[in-house]
Amino acid sequence: MIEGARWRRWIFFNLPLALFVIGLLFPFYWMMVTTVRPDAELYRPWMAPNYTPFWTLNPTLDHIRYLLNKTLFNRWMLNTFFISVLATVISLFCGLLAGYALSRLKFPFAGSLGTGIFITYLVPQTLLFIPLADIIRNFRLGDTPWALVLTYPTFLIPFCTWLLMGYFKAIPRELEECARIDGATRWQAMVYIVFPVAVPGILSAGIFAFTLSWNEFIYALVFLSSPEQKTVSVGITSELVRGDVFYWGSLMAGALLGSVPVALIYSFFVEYYVAGITGSVKG
Amino acid sequence: MARVIIRDLNKKFDAVHAVKDVNLEIHDKEFVVLVGPSGCGKTTTLRMVAGLETITSGDILIGDRVVNELPPMDRDIAMVFQNYALYPHMSVYDNMAFGLKMRGFDRSEIASRVKAAAEILGIEEQLKRKPRQLSGGQRQRVALGRAIVRHPQVFLFDEPLSNLDAKLRIQMRVEIKKIHDRLGTTAIYVTHDQVEAMTLGDRVVVMKDGLVQQVGEPLELYNEPANRFVAGFIGSPAMNFATVEMADADGAIWARHEGIRIKLPAELAGRLRQHVGGKVTLGIRPEDLRLASGSDTADFSFDAVVEVIEKLGSQILLDVRVGPNTMVAAVEPTVKAKVHDRLRLALNPDRLYFFDRVSQAAI
Repeated sequence: MIEGARWRRWIFFNLPLALFVIGLLFPFYWMMVTTVRPDAELYRPWMAPNYTPFWTLNPTLDHIRYLLNKTLFNRWMLNTFFISVLATVISLFCGLLAGYALSRLKFPFAGSLGTGIFITYLVPQTLLFIPLADIIRNFRLGDTPWALVLTYPTFLIPFCTWLLMGYFKAIPRELEECARIDGATRWQAMVYIVFPVAVPGILSAGIFAFTLSWNEFIYALVFLSSPEQKTVSVGITSELVRGDVFYWGSLMAGALLGSVPVALIYSFFVEYYVAGITGSVKG
Repeated sequence: MARVIIRDLNKKFDAVHAVKDVNLEIHDKEFVVLVGPSGCGKTTTLRMVAGLETITSGDILIGDRVVNELPPMDRDIAMVFQNYALYPHMSVYDNMAFGLKMRGFDRSEIASRVKAAAEILGIEEQLKRKPRQLSGGQRQRVALGRAIVRHPQVFLFDEPLSNLDAKLRIQMRVEIKKIHDRLGTTAIYVTHDQVEAMTLGDRVVVMKDGLVQQVGEPLELYNEPANRFVAGFIGSPAMNFATVEMADADGAIWARHEGIRIKLPAELAGRLRQHVGGKVTLGIRPEDLRLASGSDTADFSFDAVVEVIEKLGSQILLDVRVGPNTMVAAVEPTVKAKVHDRLRLALNPDRLYFFDRVSQAAI
């Protein structure tokens, strides 16, 4: 490499990358610092001489203790987990079959059906919750986890279907044809050959669906009302903001603990996830 | 082992008539090659035999059974695909065993069959590997192995060697031939490569635009092409064509064109007498042209100007200009010729081909 290349690499690659990473990680850092900051420091005015916004010298676990003992946080985590897993399983199952059918089977209107499903994904949730609220009320599902388990698939199924459709299309048709000549029925060829090859795609659809349900806010806010039914995202914002009083320490502790499961899932499946998004199938 | 009969087979995709009235009887243990340019319907025909495409009309019989409506799994066939179609998530062993497992064979039978096939193909060492860890040639062997273990009634090959490099292709060609000789399973092989067709096939079916042009043994196609297309398709380098006028003069029939004046031998003259006064297409194979010597008469030779020289080693190809036409002559490697040289080429009068200009059929 030439002499000037090193600083150029720093300016155009390392520096922007560092800024980007810092920008992305800063909210997490802020959550962590606020979580362990004692109330005395939290409410100190910013012009005070001993004001230290970016670190704390007296870390405390009080906020976490409050969150775990004085609120229904554990219950919210369980609720969220239950709803997210169920909604993901339902959506993945439907998305798998729909995606396979739309990408592989020949039937009338297959193309327009695919587009139709995509369009439903484009309808914003902020509009969709109004008619859905009516449906939930009619079925008497309000304030139960089923209100979310059954409404989350309205945006998760189109999403999973679309993602998996693209993935199935990338799998050579001959694989399946070969399996069918080898003695497999269409169903067996799908289960033994296509699905295992599509595992990266299926996993990334699953991770996405899980994350979307875990982070969902508006349906959870509208369809659930009693504190013990709430999900994490709604629970901490409604129960830890009382009137104009913000329990900042516990709020941030809730946000931090609430993002742990998703972070864990991503870190375990990151390789599959990348392969699923870039859609690579190696023969 | 079984014969395959294709009767009045047609396939239409919406507006495209891909396969037109194909009739073919493939005998038990025969190796038949379907050859033709892309889009000629050869692969579609094969896929209909496999059951991967529906039949628009006609019948396909495997053994004595009409299989028109049977799903692929019930036809007792094995197919080798161009892109190998190995199951990427399975080891080589599992790839080969899959068909047997699906058919409910017991473990020991599967193991012995896979082992036997792996031995034939020389891939015993690779059984535990995944397809992505194999070279192209090895993958092709696995694909072959997957077909062999099943002991099917018919092998179907869909351009299996197209993805291999030239050297490996020749090697695998020989191997496929050996395997067929050893197992004796009826085989239908699709390729666009006429050399592959000629070397592998007991009989070759030449197709174009969905129609069968000619069915015959390789040398039959080479020596007695049914029409201009087959004549041009079979043989490398391809046959030379020129439009000539037929004339009756000096008690003989002559084929004439700018730069060419050939006296037809008596046997040919009889067949072409009715075309006197009209035009026909003359075909001469490059290997039937040679440098004229003093003993060659003017009746069977013509002047040519060398434009390009291709030295292949075993022979030299001379691209020459004859009047308005260009022709290729495959001559002895000892011939010394330079570009722009004017030379006299002699032809073998017994190996001239004539085709009708309208129907393209051989005369």
